[in-house]
Amino acid sequence: MTTEIKGKVFCFGDDIDTGQIIPGSYVVLTDPYELASHVFEDVAPEFRSQVEQGDIIVAGKNFGTGSSREHAPKAIKYAGISAVIAKSFSRIFYRNAINIGLLAIVLPEADKISKADRLTILLEQGKIRNHTKGEEYNFALPPQIMLDIFNAGGIIPYTLNVLKTRC
Amino acid sequence: MGLNLTQKMFANKLEHDVWPGEIYYLEPDLVMTHDHQGPMTIREFESMGDIKVWNPAKIIFVMDHRTPSQTLTSVENHQKLRKFAKKHDITRFYDVGEGICHDLVAEHADVKPGMIFIATDSHTVTAGALGLFATGIGSSEMASLFATGKVWLKVPETIKVVLKGNLQKGVMGKDVALYLLKILKTGGADYKAMEFGGDGIASLDMADRMSLCNMCLEMGAKNAIFPVDEVTVQFYREKGLEITPLFPDGDAPYERVIEVDLDRLEPLVALPFSPDNVFAVSQLDKEYPLNQSIIGTCTGARYEDLKIAAEILKGRTVHKGTRMLIVPATRAAWLRAAREGLLEIFVSAGAMVNVPCCGPCGAYGMGVLAEDESSITTGSRNFVARMGAPGALIYLSNSATAAASAVAGKIVDPRNYL
Ligand code: SF4
Repeated sequence: MTTEIKGKVFCFGDDIDTGQIIPGSYVVLTDPYELASHVFEDVAPEFRSQVEQGDIIVAGKNFGTGSSREHAPKAIKYAGISAVIAKSFSRIFYRNAINIGLLAIVLPEADKISKADRLTILLEQGKIRNHTKGEEYNFALPPQIMLDIFNAGGIIPYTLNVLKTRC
Repeated sequence: MGLNLTQKMFANKLEHDVWPGEIYYLEPDLVMTHDHQGPMTIREFESMGDIKVWNPAKIIFVMDHRTPSQTLTSVENHQKLRKFAKKHDITRFYDVGEGICHDLVAEHADVKPGMIFIATDSHTVTAGALGLFATGIGSSEMASLFATGKVWLKVPETIKVVLKGNLQKGVMGKDVALYLLKILKTGGADYKAMEFGGDGIASLDMADRMSLCNMCLEMGAKNAIFPVDEVTVQFYREKGLEITPLFPDGDAPYERVIEVDLDRLEPLVALPFSPDNVFAVSQLDKEYPLNQSIIGTCTGARYEDLKIAAEILKGRTVHKGTRMLIVPATRAAWLRAAREGLLEIFVSAGAMVNVPCCGPCGAYGMGVLAEDESSITTGSRNFVARMGAPGALIYLSNSATAAASAVAGKIVDPRNYL
């Protein structure tokens, strides 16, 4: 299976915490589209109107630090973002992103990518092509279990498959 | 080669040695969700069809984030969780008013040494203070766990923290955490375990240990863990339980060793907007005036925090123009504080005392700050907009510093008040 993701880039800095992604006051909500309508509301209110389906977030270190709310990756995904590339992720965000089917890629050289660059992510090959800059970056693939969960569409469809094979 | 504490937790379950980097599917001994991540967990669980939870006896629900009943949506969420629990025979249900999840599972000895404990909360790491493997996951993964009874975990590398000397008066477990944050920074322990040891751990009571393990999450830690020593044995003995001490092997592998000299540790404070922006209170470059002081949250509102705050507030008054909010972590801590006259001291000093809940930790219905305001808090996070307006300044400290600073109306060294 090959997963190719194309999109243009939105840049964020270091230590973007889950409260900046989706403010705590909305954690009482569970509908992903409702959550998406409040994504980055406090810190980047313009994001919501600029994002287009398939776009990619590129961020600095420790993206998604803070609470365990999967409301954060969901708000990002349902706003139209197809992948988040960051220098590093906080553990639970990273796990949550894959679990809800949002691609999260650790790329230490993420700062080579600029706003509005057009990228293609070749997941299985561990490669990112930067068409705007004519560059290519390699990233380490997550453990097989995470790839399996992502390729199933997230941990819920993955679990349904597990339950099916059990009975 | 021997095993470190986190390896021992895995090995104990799997009945064979494990090494960092290995991935295992495990059945946790206990799982927990609360009214913040629970509604999403249920939504995802129910999206899988009409299935049953794998083992209701191993599931705990806690209503602590949006309590007491705050908004219609939060009350409806509580109802959803109650109905789900009833339908699935989940009887370990801490309802509104009982307190904060991480404190409750320790206080009620739900968590025990050697366990694998998984919950939908980042600060689940707190429970590692009691000598177990405790870590957080998200709602969908918990829904999957509810269905299958299994979770995959990678055995983490461990950073060992060796504590030397003794914690001094006015200096608390929270300060050890802030000190480590200053060294490791946020994200500095990403995906790793943090293990505590050294002679100095004897001077940290369980409240100190829980605050310390709690804030290891801000360093990115997957789990934090203390050995099961005399302090732990005593903690459980008071609850009528006998437990066996447990220490890491002498030749266990550690990725890195950090030493902390407790004798020289001072009260510290994290300035906005990151828990790693840490300075000694005694060395602050200027005055930091305060509109608010909070003693609350799972990081610093246990009985021991209330006690030292009362010691400082006794016979003193909260500064005019500074509002002080005290939110004990659990009903038992509240009750003990009431019985011992601590609440009277607080209210006499001009502080407000609230019912146990997360409350002021994240602007959940109380302790909210306006754009140009500032607050000191015993909480764990001072991120932008965590307690209200994006411009509001949040300072993180131990409970003694928060109490003394409430009296002074600005950040001060609590040692001058003890
Ligand atoms: S007190 Fe704060 S950090 Fe602790 S569980 Fe509640 S919201 Fe989370």
